[in-house]
Amino acid sequence: MADDKDVLRDVWFGRIPTCFTLYQDEITEREAEPFYLLLPRVSYLTLVTDKVKKHFLKVMKAEDVEEMWFDFEGTPLKWHYPIGLLFDLHASNTALPWSITVHFKNFPERDLLHCPSNSVIEAHFMSSIKEADALKHKSQVINDMQKKDHKQLWMGLQNDKFDQFWAMNRKLMEYPTEEGGFRYIPFRIYLTMSDRPFIQKLFRPISPDGHTHTLGDLLKAVYPVAISNDDESKRYQVVIHGIEPLLETPLQWLSEHLSHPDNFLHISVIPAPSD
Amino acid sequence: MRGNTRLTMPVSLLWAVDVYGRVYSLSTGEQQWEQCHDAVLEFKRVTAVQQCCWGIACDHHIYLNVHSSDVPIRYQEETYENQRWNPVDNFSDHLLPSDRWKWSDITGLEHQPLDSFLLPSTNWEWEGDWYIDENFGGEPTEKGGWTYAMDFPATYMKDKKWNSCVRRRRWIRYRRYKATDTWAKIPSEGHSGPLPDPFNDISCGGWEISEEPRGKLSLWAVSLQGKVWFREGIHHHSPEGDVWEEVSLPGEVVQISCGPGDLVWAVLWEGQLIVREGITRDCPQGSSWVVVDSPNPEAGAIHVAVGDNVVWAVTKDNKVWFRRGINSHNPCGSGWIGMVGEMVMINVGLNDQVWGISCVDRAVYFRQGVTSSELSGKAWKAVNVPRDGDIRSHSSASISSLHSAGCFFSGEVQAQSVMSEDSDTEGGPQRSCPSFPSPEPSPIDPDVSKPRIPKVTSDSFISEMLSDREVKQEGTTAATTASPSIPEEEVALGEPEAKCPPPALVLSPSLSGGLGDPQWSNVDLEETQTHLAVGPAVVRGDSADTCSLSSVATYTLCQGEPYGADEHPLWAWVSGGGCGVNCHSQLNWFNSATALASSVQSMSLSISPAQTAAWRKQIFEQLSERSKREMDHFKHYEQAVEQSVWVKKGTMQWWRDWKPHKWVDVRFALEQFSGPEGNQDGILFLYYNFNEEKKYLHAFINEVTILVPVLNDSKHTFAVYTAERTKQRWPIRLAAATEVEMHDWLALLSVSCCDSRGIQGPPSKQAIWSVTCKGDIFVCEPSPSLEACPYPTPCDQMFWRQVGGHLRLVECNSLGVVWGVGYDHTAWVYTGGYGGGFFQGLASSTDNIYTQTDVKCVYIYENQRWNPVTGYTNRGLPTDRYMWSDATGLQECTKANTKPPSPHWIWVADWAIDYGISGGTDREGWQYAADFPMSYHGHKTLKDFVRRRRWARKCKLTTTGPWQEVPPIPLCDVTIIPCGAQSSVETIPLWAISNKGDVLCRLGVTLLTPAGTSWLHVGTDQPFKSISIGGANQVWAIARDGSAFNRGSVSSESPAGDCWYHIPCPAKQKLQQVSVGRTSVYTVDQNGNLWFRQGLTPSYPQGSSWEHICNNVRKVSVGPLDQVWIIADKVQGSHSLSCGTVCHRLGVQPMEPKGQSWDYGIGGGWDYITVRGNSIEAPRVRMPSLTPSLTASLTDPLRPPPPRSLLPVMITEMENGNDVRC
Repeated sequence: MADDKDVLRDVWFGRIPTCFTLYQDEITEREAEPFYLLLPRVSYLTLVTDKVKKHFLKVMKAEDVEEMWFDFEGTPLKWHYPIGLLFDLHASNTALPWSITVHFKNFPERDLLHCPSNSVIEAHFMSSIKEADALKHKSQVINDMQKKDHKQLWMGLQNDKFDQFWAMNRKLMEYPTEEGGFRYIPFRIYLTMSDRPFIQKLFRPISPDGHTHTLGDLLKAVYPVAISNDDESKRYQVVIHGIEPLLETPLQWLSEHLSHPDNFLHISVIPAPSD
Repeated sequence: MRGNTRLTMPVSLLWAVDVYGRVYSLSTGEQQWEQCHDAVLEFKRVTAVQQCCWGIACDHHIYLNVHSSDVPIRYQEETYENQRWNPVDNFSDHLLPSDRWKWSDITGLEHQPLDSFLLPSTNWEWEGDWYIDENFGGEPTEKGGWTYAMDFPATYMKDKKWNSCVRRRRWIRYRRYKATDTWAKIPSEGHSGPLPDPFNDISCGGWEISEEPRGKLSLWAVSLQGKVWFREGIHHHSPEGDVWEEVSLPGEVVQISCGPGDLVWAVLWEGQLIVREGITRDCPQGSSWVVVDSPNPEAGAIHVAVGDNVVWAVTKDNKVWFRRGINSHNPCGSGWIGMVGEMVMINVGLNDQVWGISCVDRAVYFRQGVTSSELSGKAWKAVNVPRDGDIRSHSSASISSLHSAGCFFSGEVQAQSVMSEDSDTEGGPQRSCPSFPSPEPSPIDPDVSKPRIPKVTSDSFISEMLSDREVKQEGTTAATTASPSIPEEEVALGEPEAKCPPPALVLSPSLSGGLGDPQWSNVDLEETQTHLAVGPAVVRGDSADTCSLSSVATYTLCQGEPYGADEHPLWAWVSGGGCGVNCHSQLNWFNSATALASSVQSMSLSISPAQTAAWRKQIFEQLSERSKREMDHFKHYEQAVEQSVWVKKGTMQWWRDWKPHKWVDVRFALEQFSGPEGNQDGILFLYYNFNEEKKYLHAFINEVTILVPVLNDSKHTFAVYTAERTKQRWPIRLAAATEVEMHDWLALLSVSCCDSRGIQGPPSKQAIWSVTCKGDIFVCEPSPSLEACPYPTPCDQMFWRQVGGHLRLVECNSLGVVWGVGYDHTAWVYTGGYGGGFFQGLASSTDNIYTQTDVKCVYIYENQRWNPVTGYTNRGLPTDRYMWSDATGLQECTKANTKPPSPHWIWVADWAIDYGISGGTDREGWQYAADFPMSYHGHKTLKDFVRRRRWARKCKLTTTGPWQEVPPIPLCDVTIIPCGAQSSVETIPLWAISNKGDVLCRLGVTLLTPAGTSWLHVGTDQPFKSISIGGANQVWAIARDGSAFNRGSVSSESPAGDCWYHIPCPAKQKLQQVSVGRTSVYTVDQNGNLWFRQGLTPSYPQGSSWEHICNNVRKVSVGPLDQVWIIADKVQGSHSLSCGTVCHRLGVQPMEPKGQSWDYGIGGGWDYITVRGNSIEAPRVRMPSLTPSLTASLTDPLRPPPPRSLLPVMITEMENGNDVRC
């Protein structure tokens, strides 16, 4: 019998096969070969692309190199979104491997944040975890942790150490029995077709009359458009980690098992492919 | 992940009576009150304990409802047939005139012919006819069970000698209690005939006063005239008890409450309370009363409820009070605390949980948040579940039944009747409660007439009279009605806040004046009633105030409920004495919109039933599809993140390897990396300073064989063993600064060890299970060559990992059925999970982990020496042991400084004298001896100069593990049939011994339902203690007298077999434990000898004789391959007697089932092992012939085979105690 633990492993070890190609206008000394890599879904682009950078730098002159950034079919990819989310949001119904274009010039200041070093990613990651814990436990758990515990979470993600990360992260996933769940579920809903970056609201795992809230309840309350009525054909896909959980899935369970390492449930609502 | 686990608990019942006299029970596993349809009569009150429920019916008789059980209540009657030899008749029943009776009891003094034995009541039946007992002290007798002696009274022997002049034999017959699950009437007989007046209140408890096996209960009852009666002789074999005995009183009692222990409180007419003192094991009815004042001097108490350590009371104004400072030394407590809520009655159930009936809505309320540290709880919560076949309107109940029931209701309802009458007069439709007897003859039921009025319960008098008084004092009462309820925690020792002129106070002189004459109250009541009846207008004019001030019966008018109020059951009485809930229990009874209810819901959603839920299946399926889609074709791609070394560091203390041994600070580091085959591996480093020089010690993670937590109250330590360290009996012993830190490290190291060995998930079906003396559970995955011959995997290389939970023994078979028994004899079945305990997060399965509790005793000894002047005192000789010590006398252990075994254990009772110690005790628990390190006996002789007694204190552990309770019968042994891994057995034979010694056969055990369905009781003539079932359904068992039995004709068609064959013991030995493998039968006797049964053949399964294998054995486990494993004890007299070591018998082969020598594994500190799951056969190699010198040294498990030396082992264990100690 499959165990819920396996879900955590599957989520952590999710990989997206990616083909990195250098943008055609970049100046190279010789032709740049595409670079193939398995990207961890739960990590961040700039955290796991050292090899990509090294690969392309071999064919470029140092003076032509500025900060590296990526796009997919013309859309700049935000490094501060988890990789899996970027894929689900922009490329989920395209052929694999995922084809990402690498740029070293013309950084799109309006669309992307700069990422001069890994410490920026770390700061971003830790602030997400803290925000999530503020929602879940009024920050009590994260504040009780020591500095080295915080470091362990980050190092676990950075080095792809599942055990190391979860040894600490499980504490963030606990809650008192009598409450039946977190205070609020840390979630973000992303829409490809909207200007808003994402929707984030306060939402409890249990309704005031004691019922378990489901994914469907959340969408109904926050973004009802995403739910198609019985009589119409499906307009949107609700995707988490590349899968479409049933709408009756309890939200608390989702939050415990399908959250990204930053402790947020990142939910993509994308238009359903029209055959 | 989930920060908690579901609590499973055995189903138990909450009992209640509604205002119509219908009895209901509510199961902790259900959400509906079940009516007790069996009750032909209406009931007034019930008092429940776990095994039965007592009640007073409307005929004022007491009824008993014993819950049916898989093990029947049976009682063995015995009598002796005596004969004398004479030259003419040989042995005959012609006895000498000076002789005893022909049929007598064991002493010969009592004449006891077979036909003098009568069933005690109609609730009993005979199981069969009389038969002769052929077992004599563990030895089978011949010749019709006769035992011979020279003369009466003398020592009897089983063999006839030339001088045997008399003989006797024992006849036995069983009677069985048949009136289970039905209300059986208990005759109202006292010592001198029928009791003078009917019963009015009843309370059952006291089961904790004496030792469990006897199962004594205390039943207290109050009669209408205010007398108190104690029921004599209730115990397991006599559920009905014998006779009522009157208890003298300082006044007249209206209500009484008896806790599980020695707390008994009662309420007097005048409103004071009395506390029973002097309740002991020998004197369960106590000796004297102490009076305690009512919490509120202006409103006397009307109700009291006691538990283990708590007393709750209700005063006439319905206020609820909690008594502070109650303990076994001070049953009276120290002061009252007013609590929120207004109740008509309160009941304290198991675990000091509190139940009440609100006077506002007549609902049953549960006190939430009652814990041992916060006995007063937090808040009242209504039990809100429907009744079965809920009657929408009370009009469907027959009027006459209402009347007959209502007539006998407790006072609160009686008072209600006045209000009801009142409403009727007004023509209002508010008759939401039953009508109650009006004092004048009713047109509906002419039977309800004045002569019956005296039967109303006594507390009703008070309320009636109060109502009466209040009527005359109208206007003053409004203040009370308006006064707010007393805030929580307000101590009422000072001036109470009730400001109204107290009617109770005015009343009490007249009441007490009448106390001397029991008739007075009845007469007076009639007057009162008449008065009320003839003057309804007066009552009506002031009804609201009257009602709210009277002790009870406020609900109708306060609420002004509509007619349909009956949709909410209206309760009159509740009893939680059989309801095993505690503050952690998740009950589905409060379906109001509260957090708890919702959490229950969400929990149940996300746990087992949801395991099969569509959404979960969908997620699992999609994730695996995703892996296929996104990863399967791209495995040749490079990983973005390279695996690297990961180091975890910390500081610890280390028990230094060299002398002088002491704890030294070390730095500690675990380096993890990917091994050559991609598997995780690691190295453990321990950096220390030696002579200013930095040094380190290391251990490869893949060489660690076991991590043993050794938690005690002073240090958080654990031991790390490798094969080499097991040989040395010297683990790396480390101490972490905090318990959390220790558990973090243990969990991490454990995961790391399992990863390095590629072990994941739950133990396999073949796993070997073992238990340490701390109750920790370990499993080992056997390698295929473990049972290889001649070169098996050495025992010390076996890798053990811990499984959560706490057990005393564990048994398994190769089909994956695993059962365990806790120290408190609770039976547990393995759920298929792993982890639990301190293994959280990844090291633990999410499902199948449940809360597990266990209870055990900590013992200390009180030692005294006799001196000629003062007799026995606690002043010993200077050379003597501590006057309060452990069993050895070497450690001082006082009541105050003795702590529970580890911080995880909490005390759940106070120190109590232990009378159950071997050797027997006198009435005060003392054992006597000539001097201290001696054998003790239970009576004082002239040669005795010292004495000791043992004190026991219960402590409780709450942990988690992959175990679920198998209620309700507590066990002391269990065995599951061993079989080949491939065998396809539909139902798996499983036998057990209950803690009372009953032999039980479990029905319905299958792979899908490893817990089985029910017990089948297998009759024996004496209690048993050990049982084992082997190949071909061979069942062997050991009786408590040390004799062995073989069960005949057990098969899948006849799972319980047909009869017991008595097998003689080895000469002069009493057997202790048995284990049966595929064909081999091994036993261990009380002196630690291991015996092998010779001559077993299919046609003669009893075998022929016992062959001695070796000594110093504590436990044996024989597996499905006939492999033999033992827990070996130390040599007698060694320093660490209690320690145990796992040993494996080498050289066991089909033609050589006894094997040749022992191989030594993990230990000491091991208590139990079972290899009955391991059916992995190793490829067989022909055994080379042995040298005679080797075979010669094979009988002692403590003499290892040549390459290993015993000596260092012994020495190290003696001087350091580095192993796990008991």
